[in-house]
Amino acid sequence: MAENGFCPEWIVQNWDRYVDPFFQHVLLTVVSVVIGFAIAAVMAVVAHRRRRLNGPLVGLTEVLYTIPSPAAFLLLLPFTGFGTVSALIALTAYSLNAMLRSMVTGLAGVPEDIKDSARGMGLTERQLLWKVELPLALPEIFAGLRIASVTTVGLATLAFLAGAGGLGESIESQISFKSNVVVAGGLCVLLAVALDSLIRTLQKASTPWTRARLT
Amino acid sequence: MNASDPAQTSTASPAGRQAATLELRDVVKLYPGQEEPAVDHLSLEVPAGEICVLVGPSGCGKTTAMRMVNRMVEITDGDILVGGQSVTDRTPYELRREIGYVIQQVGLFPHLTIADNIATVPKLLGWDRDRIAARVEELLQLVQLDPEQTRDRYPAQLSGGQRQRIGVARALATDPPLMLMDEPFGAIDPINRERLQNEFLRLQVELRKTIVFVTHDIDEAIKMGDRIAILKQGGRLAQYAEPAELLMNPADEFVKDFVGNDRALKRLALQRVRDIDLWQAPMVRKGETTASVRQKLEKADVKIPLLVDEDGCPIGWLSDRAYAGEEVKADLRSRAEPTVEMDDILRDALADLLGSELQYGVVVDEQGRATGVLSIELVGQGVHGVAPARTGADALAT
Repeated sequence: MAENGFCPEWIVQNWDRYVDPFFQHVLLTVVSVVIGFAIAAVMAVVAHRRRRLNGPLVGLTEVLYTIPSPAAFLLLLPFTGFGTVSALIALTAYSLNAMLRSMVTGLAGVPEDIKDSARGMGLTERQLLWKVELPLALPEIFAGLRIASVTTVGLATLAFLAGAGGLGESIESQISFKSNVVVAGGLCVLLAVALDSLIRTLQKASTPWTRARLT
Repeated sequence: MNASDPAQTSTASPAGRQAATLELRDVVKLYPGQEEPAVDHLSLEVPAGEICVLVGPSGCGKTTAMRMVNRMVEITDGDILVGGQSVTDRTPYELRREIGYVIQQVGLFPHLTIADNIATVPKLLGWDRDRIAARVEELLQLVQLDPEQTRDRYPAQLSGGQRQRIGVARALATDPPLMLMDEPFGAIDPINRERLQNEFLRLQVELRKTIVFVTHDIDEAIKMGDRIAILKQGGRLAQYAEPAELLMNPADEFVKDFVGNDRALKRLALQRVRDIDLWQAPMVRKGETTASVRQKLEKADVKIPLLVDEDGCPIGWLSDRAYAGEEVKADLRSRAEPTVEMDDILRDALADLLGSELQYGVVVDEQGRATGVLSIELVGQGVHGVAPARTGADALAT
């Protein structure tokens, strides 16, 4: 067995050491995307109701997105300390932009005539949002969610800088050992693909009308 | 159709809700920051169960006027009464759920099935599932769509005409006493448009809703309206009258121009053959004596004998030779074609007359029996509202 080589035997024997980092990685990704989704949703509804706030809110998430990622994990340390919380804050902040943009686009894309007929039939603004605008924005919202999830899986590999572990730590610890890099990296890819197809399945189930065609 | 199932009707609709009168009193709409009002002291009254068409050039405020009725546009000054009650008495949401609303683009919800689209207002009002399902079924039949095939489809799976029908069904869901329709057939191709108009008029005979109908098309206005309000720039009422009155006595130059130079021709669409006092032709049968024919000719309006069969169905106009001998022979100068039906509108009947050789049209009843004769002259007199004088004999002689 070469020192730097790829060794399936080693992988099988050392599988255990990847279990914890993997679930840490899953936790970091899912929690930050879920929190990010909730924050983006609130921001999107506010921006939708008050058009003047649209620019500033999207702009804010843009600024957060432009912070170099390794720096973000380190910048928070003086405030929230070394650990998972810092990592989650950074990852959540990164996820906002893609999701907010897609939600805003989705809500703005609901045709005027549909809103007019909804109001004309006596839907309140709240009913309009929940029964018409949000359902019709779902394809866009899901698109944003997918981008945010996949991006966060990638960014979470740097979470170890804030001391939150994850698969990035496994990669970093033995970066010259091929078997290690392949397994840890491979698990990242697998997680991204799994999340993406999970969200796609949810999207398909919740938007059957997008596949309706004149027969 | 659906009325044949009493159980369904009773569960589905608050049995036959009365249409409401609609009254606009000095209604003004002034948008903030604008000097000229969009609607300027508009007053009109629509009797219950009638179609009032708001028509005029673009920018005349017709849509704004309509949208003030369900407060999609708030009134600046004046008042609107539906069934005697001011529209400002209730919240806009409560008001709108009581008023049917159809727009040109239909505005069906693409993410909901047809059944759920139709059920929109019943759901807002909290109807139970069974009542909603029964009502959806009833409405789909009413607009002549197969419930089985349509119910679970999405709007994208229907044609434009079918979507428009669903739009009407959705507006009718709670059997509202008043409906607002903004260019409802504007986006439909001409052939389907005519079909939908006719279908809607037949429906209206049954439903007797009070309807405000907005269009920019004067021909559609004349066809659909019991009354027509012509609006001019700045939302001022130019004339409010029944179609015939509008065509015969336009109030001013604006109305005259808007209605067009072919006012007389347009009036042909308002009258049916049964409205006309028809001429009588001497109807003779084969083998009749020529003496009897000559006697009939004396008294008849038309001086050409019409040969009919045993049942009285027209065969053709006799030539002079046909009754030169003792008995009538089947010697025709022309066949009695095309025949005109009592329910034909004069415009269609005139087209037939112009195409026939003698320019006479034999009018037949439902059994195809000759009941009278329509001439171009009679059509002309009908258009001018002059009681048709029996001068056909002279006309033929010249």
